[in-house]
Amino acid sequence: MLDVLTGFVAELRRSGLPVSVTEAADAAEAIRHVPLEDRQAFKYALGATLVKSSAHWRAFDTAFEVYFSLRGSQYEIGTDELFGTREEDVPGGVGAGEVRERRDGAGGLEAVSPEEIAAMLYRALRDRDKAMLAAVARLAVRLYAGMEPGRPVGGTYYFYRTLRNLDLDGVVERLVDEARGTVPGDAEALTPLEERLLEEEYRARVEELQREIEAEIRRRLVSDRGAGALAQALRKPLPEDVDFMHASREELVMMRRAIQPLARKLQARLARKRRHLRRGALDFRSTVRHSLSYGGVPADPRFRHPRPSKPEIVVIADISGSVAAFARFTLHLVHAIGAQFSQVRSFVFIDGIDEVSRIFERCETVTEAVHRVNQEADVVWVDGHSDYGHALGVFRERWGRQIGPKTSIIVLGDARSNYHSPEAWVLKELQQRARHVYWLNPEPKSYWGSGDSIIEQYAQFCDGVYECRNLRQLGAFVENLV
Amino acid sequence: MSGRDEGGARRERFASVAAVREQLHSVGYLADDGLSGVVYLADRLGKPVLVEGPAGTGKTELAKSVAAMTGARLIRLQCYEGLDESKALYEWNYKRQLLRIQVEQGAAWADIEEDIFTEEFLLTRPLLEAIRASEPVVLLIDEVDRVEIETEALLLEVLSDYQVSIPELGTVTATQIPLVFLTSNNTRELSEALKRRCLYLHLDYPSVEREREIVLVKVPGISEQLADQVARIVRSLRSLDLKKHPSISETLDWSRTLVLLGIESVDAETTRETLNLLLKYRSDIEAASKELGATAMTA
Ligand SMILES: Nc1ncnc2c1ncn2[C@@H]1O[C@H](COP(=O)(O)OP(=O)(O)O)[C@@H](O)[C@H]1O
Ligand SMILES: [Mg+2]
Repeated sequence: MLDVLTGFVAELRRSGLPVSVTEAADAAEAIRHVPLEDRQAFKYALGATLVKSSAHWRAFDTAFEVYFSLRGSQYEIGTDELFGTREEDVPGGVGAGEVRERRDGAGGLEAVSPEEIAAMLYRALRDRDKAMLAAVARLAVRLYAGMEPGRPVGGTYYFYRTLRNLDLDGVVERLVDEARGTVPGDAEALTPLEERLLEEEYRARVEELQREIEAEIRRRLVSDRGAGALAQALRKPLPEDVDFMHASREELVMMRRAIQPLARKLQARLARKRRHLRRGALDFRSTVRHSLSYGGVPADPRFRHPRPSKPEIVVIADISGSVAAFARFTLHLVHAIGAQFSQVRSFVFIDGIDEVSRIFERCETVTEAVHRVNQEADVVWVDGHSDYGHALGVFRERWGRQIGPKTSIIVLGDARSNYHSPEAWVLKELQQRARHVYWLNPEPKSYWGSGDSIIEQYAQFCDGVYECRNLRQLGAFVENLV
Repeated sequence: MSGRDEGGARRERFASVAAVREQLHSVGYLADDGLSGVVYLADRLGKPVLVEGPAGTGKTELAKSVAAMTGARLIRLQCYEGLDESKALYEWNYKRQLLRIQVEQGAAWADIEEDIFTEEFLLTRPLLEAIRASEPVVLLIDEVDRVEIETEALLLEVLSDYQVSIPELGTVTATQIPLVFLTSNNTRELSEALKRRCLYLHLDYPSVEREREIVLVKVPGISEQLADQVARIVRSLRSLDLKKHPSISETLDWSRTLVLLGIESVDAETTRETLNLLLKYRSDIEAASKELGATAMTA
């Protein structure tokens, strides 16, 4: 057991969880107190000792399911049955009878037809029959996923292959339709609210099924390839490590949740930093002057005020398709910690450029503001393909004179300008006026300068160009900004 | 003062995870497996539990319930910005000390000193109180994310060896390891050291099933059907993109009002009219009413 635990902890660390030696020891101690066959209790014992942030739970969950998916006798899968069907897969109860009969002869996949799976699925969702849901998941994976031993693919491929064949939307629709019809007396008696709640209920059940399907696929992959290899294939990045440019919808939601805590953390850290900076050098003359009221004793030392350290920030962000998520998160973060700066102004562009600072001031939440920026900002000039040169040119013309020695300019974008002229001289001029010009590029450094990327031409007029692919890098940049 | 009796095996408070769940239920707190498991382990491992999650998800109530079900006294340290040692741990009652000094004018300072640094002049604050208690106690350190990092270090010290040293009196060691719950609304990242010391429990909004049960347990006179509707509507609201989602407290407030109004079944109209009990921001109320209204139009 301890071997497995050691491997598991190592996997968590590879996923980025900061598991200390003490915590690993706590976990080992904790599992001595829970019955090993109780998978849930076992999981929570490990979770409570190894995971100390809710943002890390998903990575833990995935690793746990891989490492301990075969715990408990009901989950054991022998190699011979890995790619065949088993007797217990079909539970007794409603509708299972006819399925079992036909299986006797054929004994293979053919025994259960798609129609029968569909019928079981329908009943399982309607009655919220957990055992039947699990059975449907097993059968569906076997029939539809087309899993082949030894193939080095992750579970997602099999998962979608299975789902494609189940027509889950159709089943939900049918269930809602029927509920509408079964209200006695009036076929329309289901109010819109009731209908909405009912549909949400069925969707929740569908999600349960999807989790079962995922679990089933994972179990099979683990039996086939071993926990270590699979964990590596399935490893999920922490929210702060997800690549802006390749984030899935689910990951975007996670990141949106992560940004508030990140902003709070930065606020606190920046405020502390500033507090330490606050004391300037001793102001000798003032100290002596004040000592007069203490009879010449310098009891009240006076300090020079340090230079006001709050910078003025101007963000200029490319919000075209591929880099939109990056721009959104950065604008979100910068405005969320706006109190750390004396002023924040934001400009967004594609081939045209528009100021959006007002939207951020007016909106109550940054989420709302980001949403409105997408709808209201006037950023398309010709064709809606990024044109950095033109956008910078217009910026200079309209707002260039407002840039002064207190301003730090931050440009956000991949500098892929669709082969338009870079007009790098504009940036040069801005750099001369501003305190600093920084550029944050969401592309991996190794791609810079390839294809239509003109980052190198701008880089010579920046005080720093940083790779900024995830929240972690973004946070590090912002922290050093003050 | 007193030492922990090292040899004596610690009394175990709970027989099993299931027993924790049942006991919690008996005092009106509905727990899922994860939660009961962590409480069980806290006892077995003698570790504090850090409970984190959005406001109104039952963090404070959990500590209270554990105290109630074990027959322990609840000692609560409510945290706030600026909380320091003198309010968390102990303080000398300097006014009485001054009085005594005046009364004993003329006595040798050594004697006075010996006299004024005694029990009599000690103001015991929650942490020390919990450490000194001889009867069973549950220590609740509520909303720990509000204190400064320095005070957090103080808490960690106490929670590491369950002892407090008072220079003038000596070291006070706990005779029993109390159950300790720290809660956090996650407005600030807590220090790694404190997190390492604790078992971690994340409390999120409950599943529909559990929320319905909570409503049934906590709201007298509510029908199963109404409780079910309430739980589903709240789930629906939580799926919207709002500034603040309704918490369990708000679900309960809403349910109680519905019962008071004699409503047996909620429709869109009632929901919209009473949304202000569930949602706190005007923009959220507007967004939610629109959402409910929009469904009405498309149907
Ligand atoms: N699991 C639960 N069982 C019963 N009541 C609960 C539960 N969780 C929360 N409540 C109720 O919800 C309300 C809010 O809980 P509270 O502990 O004050 O929230 P928090 O401390 O997380 O902000 C309380 O009235 C409590 O009774
Ligand atoms: Mg509370």
